[in-house]
This record gives sequence, C-alpha cells and structure tokens, in this order.
Amino acid sequence: MSGQNSYYVPHETKLPFLTTVAIVIMFIGAANYMNGSASGMTIMLIGMVLIFAMAYVWFSEVVTESEGGIYNDQVDISFRWGMVWFIFSEVMFFAAFFGALYYARELSLPWLGGDGYKITTNIVLWPQFENVWPSNGPTNSGGDFVVMGAGGIPALNTLLLLTSGLTVTYAHHGLKEQDRRKLLVGLFLTIALGFIFVGFQAYEYMVAYNDLNLKMTSGIYGSTFYMLTGFHGFHVTLGAIMLTVIFFRCLKGHFAGDNHFGFEAVAWYWHFVDVVWLGLFVFVYWL
Amino acid sequence: MSTNVQDIHEDHHHAPSGLMRWITTTNHKDIGSLYLWFSLLMFFIGGFMALIIRAELFEPGLQLVIPGFFNQMTTMHALIMIFGAVMPAFVGLANWQIPIMIGAPDMALPRLNNWSFWILPFAFTMLLSTLFFDSGGPAAGWTLYPPLSLQGGNSMPFVILSIHLLGISSILGAINVIATILNMRAPGMTLMKMPIFIWTWLITAFLLIAAMPVLAGAITMLLTDRFFGTSFFTASGGGDPVMFQHIFWFFGHPEVYILILPAFGIVSTIIPAFSRKKLFGYDSMVYATASIALLSFIVWAHHMFTVGMPLAGEIFFMLTTMLIAVPTGVKVFNWVATMWRGSMTFETPMLFALAFIILFTIGGFSGLMLAMTPADFQYHDTYFVVAHFHYVLVPGAVFAIIAAVYYWLPKWTGKMYSESLGKLHFWLTTVFVNVTFFPMHFVGLAGMPRRIPDYPVQFADFNAIASVGAFGFGLSQLLFVYILYNTLKKDVTAEDKVWDGAEGLEWTLSSPPPYHSFEKAPRVE
Ligand code: HEM
Ligand SMILES: [Cu+2]
Repeated sequence: MSGQNSYYVPHETKLPFLTTVAIVIMFIGAANYMNGSASGMTIMLIGMVLIFAMAYVWFSEVVTESEGGIYNDQVDISFRWGMVWFIFSEVMFFAAFFGALYYARELSLPWLGGDGYKITTNIVLWPQFENVWPSNGPTNSGGDFVVMGAGGIPALNTLLLLTSGLTVTYAHHGLKEQDRRKLLVGLFLTIALGFIFVGFQAYEYMVAYNDLNLKMTSGIYGSTFYMLTGFHGFHVTLGAIMLTVIFFRCLKGHFAGDNHFGFEAVAWYWHFVDVVWLGLFVFVYWL
Repeated sequence: MSTNVQDIHEDHHHAPSGLMRWITTTNHKDIGSLYLWFSLLMFFIGGFMALIIRAELFEPGLQLVIPGFFNQMTTMHALIMIFGAVMPAFVGLANWQIPIMIGAPDMALPRLNNWSFWILPFAFTMLLSTLFFDSGGPAAGWTLYPPLSLQGGNSMPFVILSIHLLGISSILGAINVIATILNMRAPGMTLMKMPIFIWTWLITAFLLIAAMPVLAGAITMLLTDRFFGTSFFTASGGGDPVMFQHIFWFFGHPEVYILILPAFGIVSTIIPAFSRKKLFGYDSMVYATASIALLSFIVWAHHMFTVGMPLAGEIFFMLTTMLIAVPTGVKVFNWVATMWRGSMTFETPMLFALAFIILFTIGGFSGLMLAMTPADFQYHDTYFVVAHFHYVLVPGAVFAIIAAVYYWLPKWTGKMYSESLGKLHFWLTTVFVNVTFFPMHFVGLAGMPRRIPDYPVQFADFNAIASVGAFGFGLSQLLFVYILYNTLKKDVTAEDKVWDGAEGLEWTLSSPPPYHSFEKAPRVE
C-alpha cells in the first residue's frame, strides 16, 4: 500500500476515540447543567474546548497528508461524497424545525383557534383564543411581545449573506486562476461578512430580549424563532470559523488551482447556510 | 496471493496490539467485527430486559417489578434492540461485506469508520447508566411521546444526548457506506451489476441520512421544551404534543425500513446461493427496494390513526401504507420464484432465510391489517401491534442477521461452523419465536393493551405461553454463542468458495480474506 496510485488507508488512529471522549464530556456536562448541577457548565465548557482541540489535531493530520500528496483522485471523490451527504443530513435537521413551524402555523394554531374539526379544544379550553400569526398561544405564553419584522436587521443580514455568497465565489475564481490577491481578498470579505452577520444576529437577540419581550418562552413563535435562527446562527459561526482556517491555509500557500477540495467543501457549506437563511427570511421573518 | 500475505506482515510490524489495536483500527474487517460483537452483547442485554418483562407478564397481577421499572424495561429494551443490536449488526455486516463484495481495499473513509463505531459504547454506557439514577431510567416508551417523556426524572437529558450520539454514529456510518459504494467499486461493476446486498445498503444509507437528523430535531425540541421554556409540544403556548408524533414518525417509519432493507438484501443473497439459480428479477428487486424507501417517507401517520387526524389524512396514510405492500409483494414473489425449480439444499443460512420469508410475510400481513384505519382503532396500542412488529423484527431482521453470520462466518474466519448445531439452533429459535409472538396476536385482538405490567385473567393462558416461549428463545441464543465459540477455536479449513452455489467477488478471496481486501481491484465483466 504505497505510491500515489493506490487508495490511501490510514493505518491506525487515536483521533476518533479521543474525539468521542471529548463529546461525551461535553454531553455529560450539558446534561448535568440541565439537571441543575453547579459543575455542569464547567464540565460542558471543558468538553467543548477538548472538541475544538481534537478537531484541530484531526484536521491538521488530514491537511498534512493532503499537502504531502498521499491522496489520489479517488480519495478526493470520497471526501466529496462525504461532504455532500453530510450537508444533506444538515438540511434534514433544519427540515424538522421548518416542519414544526409549518405544523404550528397551518395546523395546531388554527385548530386551537377553533378551525376545522378540532373545534372542541377551543370551545372547552380557550374560547377567547383567536389564531393570529405570530402567536404565543392561547395562554399568552411569556407575555405580550413585539414581532421581529423582516425589514431592518434581517433584511440587511440577507444582503450580507447573499453578498458573502458572491465573494466566496469570487475567491474561488481567484484560486482557480491562481490569482492570490483575488483569492485572499474574496475570502477575507466573506469571513468579515459572516462575522458581521453573526454580530447583527446577536444584537437582534439583545433587542428582542430587552425591548421586544420576545423570548424563547414566547410560545410557539418564540420557540420556532429562536431555534431556527439560533441553529442557523450557530452554523454561520462554524462556517465562518472554517473559512478562517481556509484563509490561513491559503496564506500558507495551500491548495492548487485544480485540487482544492478543502476550499470547496467549506464553500459548499457556506452556500448551504446561505440557502437556509433565505428560507428563514421568507418563512420566519417575512410571511 | 502470496504478495498479499507479505503485506499483512509488513503492515503489522508496528501495529499496536491488545485493546489498543481495536481502539485505533481503521480496518474495515476489524471494525466490522467490533460492530458485530457489540451488537451481540447488546442483543443479550436487551434480551435480558425482555425476559424481565415476560417474567412479570407470566401471570396476572404484579409479582416481580414495580410498574415504573416495568416501563423503564420496555423503553430500554426497544432502544437497545433497535439502536444497539439490529442497526449495529447491519453496519457490521456492511463493514465486512461491502469492500469485499465490490472489490475495494477498504471502506472509503476509514477514520470516520472507526469513529462511528467507537461512539456506540459510550452512548450505550450513558444510556444504560440512567437505570442506576435515583429517579430511574427513561420510562415513556422508545417513542418518547410528550407530555409523558417531558415528565421523566434526571435521566431525560442523558437519554436524549445519548440518542444524539447514536444518531451521529449512524449518520457517519451511512455517509461512509454511500461514499464507499459510489466511489470504490471495481472497474466494470456498474450500479446495475452490484450485488443486491450492496443495493439495499446503499438505499438504507440514504434513509439513515435523511431520517436520523429529523429524530435529532425532534428530541432537541423535547429538550428545549423541558429545560428552556419552548412550547413546541405544549398546546397552551400554541404548540401541539401531536406534532412530536408527526416529526418522530417521519423518522420512525423510514427507521423501520432501515431495520429491514439490509435484511432483504441478505435474504436475496442467500436464497439464490442455496437454490443454485440466479436471483429472479434482479432489476425489479432494485426498483422495489427504491420505491419502498421513497414511499416510506409518506406513510408515517399510520402510527397515529387514533390520535385525531382530519379524515383526509387518515385516508391518505391508509392508502399510501397499503401501497407499500406492492413492492414488498414483488420481493416475496421474486424470492419464491428464485427457488422455483432450483436444486435446493437446506444448510443453516438457507433455513433462516426460508423462515424469514414465511414469518416476515406474516408480519407484513398483520401490518396490512393495521394499515386499515378503521380496524386500527381496535388494534392500536394493543399486543397485536407488538406481535406485528416482533414478527417483522425478530424472524425478520434478526433472522436475516443470523443467516448472514452463518453464511459469511466461514469466509470471515476460514472456519466452518458445525452444521448440526446450526440446524439445532435454527429449529429451537424458530419454534420458540412463534411460541413467543404468535399468541400475542390473540391477546391483542382481544384487547390487551401494550406497555402495561398487569392484565385481566382472561389473557392469562396466552401470556404464560408467550413467556415460556421467550425464555426458550433467550436460552436458545446461548447455543448460538456456543456455536460461535466452537467455530472460532477450530483450525482454518474452509475453502475460498465456501458454498458451491454462491456468487460474488468475496468468494474469490481467500478464507479468511487478506488484511487489505482487494489491493488490486478485480475486473468485473
Ligand atoms: C408490509 C408492510 C408494513 C405495514 C403495512 C405496516 C404497518 C404498520 C402499522 C399500521 C403500524 C401501526 C400500528 C399501531 O400502532 O396501531 C405499524 C407498527 C409498527 N411497525 Fe409496521 N408495517 C409494515 C412493515 C414493518 C416492518 C418491515 C417493520 C420493521 C422491520 C415494522 C415495524 C413496526 C414497528 C416497530 C411498529 C410499532 C411502533 C411502535 O408503536 O412502537 N413494520 N406497522
Ligand atoms: Cu410505520
């Protein structure tokens, strides 16, 4: 098993086992935290740091192997399929939350409001409840709140992300044409736009909590709003971190014009968070 | 061949030994074996819980355990058998077989492969540890319906996070399977020339990647509902507990096909081998598998007929569910047609495969009964449902796994199991599986509810029979362990082509195969 023509099978590795240990530490911490144990948060944070450390070590090893030229074209294709299906699994994860939003808006709230054949719930339990979206449910869960409109920050954020989709493509062209300046400028702009997006999102949450009384506890609207935008924001953050790593790899002169799967994988991921955002913008903020 | 052997020795000079070998391995055969042994262990742990359940149900009244613990047993039994026994067994078979059936050196992503296995022991340690909590383990059933599941004790976040771990493991494993099948086939092996087992696993992997994240979403919502004040499943906040059921079963029904499609693949491999004929209707098998998989995403609410859905929903889900019977029927027809006029022999794998066809079909028929909405109002949440899914899962999925082990064990180890002991194992298992699960149809139709530790005396006789059967079944599996032990301590004597009617690339390798399966890809015409 040597030479570049054969498929590279790494011989042995401690990385997955140790990564699992890190994840388990984080999960045990998280579970204890939720159960109200004082040390839970600390254990969870330790686990998170360990996960990042493991990711660093693991990716470093893969990058070294890649730069060392041990991966042939077939390995490259395996990575590509891996990334494609990973992104598909993420799409399905978001689909569950979009499904919840759809169900609440089109089915459970109208029923609670006395629509359709489930009229008795309304009559018996909450006769005063009328279904108007956005809703925090028949008991006014979390108290009155103001809705997060689509104009202002969300619209701006849409613009930011869409632009970042262009800049990352610009960088990709730079990479293919071996134009370093184009590549680095494009990447830098993408990363900057990504982090500005996250900053705005954080600001939006602050406004929502402090001024609008819009919280996780604000019934089904608050639930879907925070879970969808929250998971999305988390993915943008991850994507921006990945882009930053790619940026530094480019500075070091990694990637060839015709062989740069690492770059492309992150670019795909970035487009994926972009598309999810469009869904969010339309269904959470706008409609 | 001799160069291969040379290589093995070179590879292993610096390889770690003992436990470290297994922790660090990236070899598809090592990982396949880890999966299979792990699955066997879980099969016994889950089985032990089943026996606690059956012991309590042996006679009416409360004798052995308190109801709360009984509920923990039913919940844990299901979670362990589904996620710990059946799924890992199939992944183990995928690991062993896919590379040697498609002519690849190993799986496409070997480190990922190691990772998806090693998540499992941690996840199950976490899950099982909750049984020792003061407030006990999860007790709301494996379906985790709210509001009940939200009212569990301290175990709840541990259970949910361990299910997240299982999901991560499954998704990573499935990604690896897809990448391997799409990218590592020997030259000349077009998609429509792939062994049928490979096809069924390709489609299963797709189902896993599409369904597991949805489960992750559903249980995340449970977690935030309980700990962070969201209202997904609370009507007072505008959500709906029934919404959980929809999301859960959107995962749950594809999941049951995840548990059976690889079994279809195994049976479709074994039946031709011992009928000494080609599989009848290979193409239609592929299309039937694909259509079952796609249909499985639009039938989920047949688990919720009684929950109060609009009439249009009830009818839609009834019809789509019945539609699945068509491709399933195609498969059964093809199996039977494969045997027609074949020169059949009845070695142990074939016996298990034959029993699969008959008994799985019984489960399919009870499924059809359940699919009729008006009838399901009577059957739902009774032992009839328990009988249904145990027929498809035990003499279905589990029999296929056992058949696969008997069929490929000589290939994996180079050692032949004892045919007479294998046959004894088959007959004991088959008799007891029916003694256990057949009476459940009767008590179910008569109205005995599932997941309840006590029952009226009118159900006593059939329950006693089922309990006896369950203990017989459990004990018979000790014979399986003995057969494995007995085989492994033999000398290597098996031929390369163990079964004269078997086809496929795996039989061109030595028994046991070399460490890196196909260093040079074979050519397939
Ligand atoms: C012929 C195809 C099948 C049909 C028409 C069918 C139909 C159904 C229906 C209608 C139910 C819901 C019953 C109720 O709760 O009232 C059900 C439950 C179930 N089925 Fe099937 N089924 C089929 C095949 C399978 C297969 C192949 C498996 C797994 C290998 C399976 C596993 C299950 C399980 C685990 C449950 C119970 C879930 C629970 O409530 O805990 N079924 N089936
Ligand atoms: Cu189903």
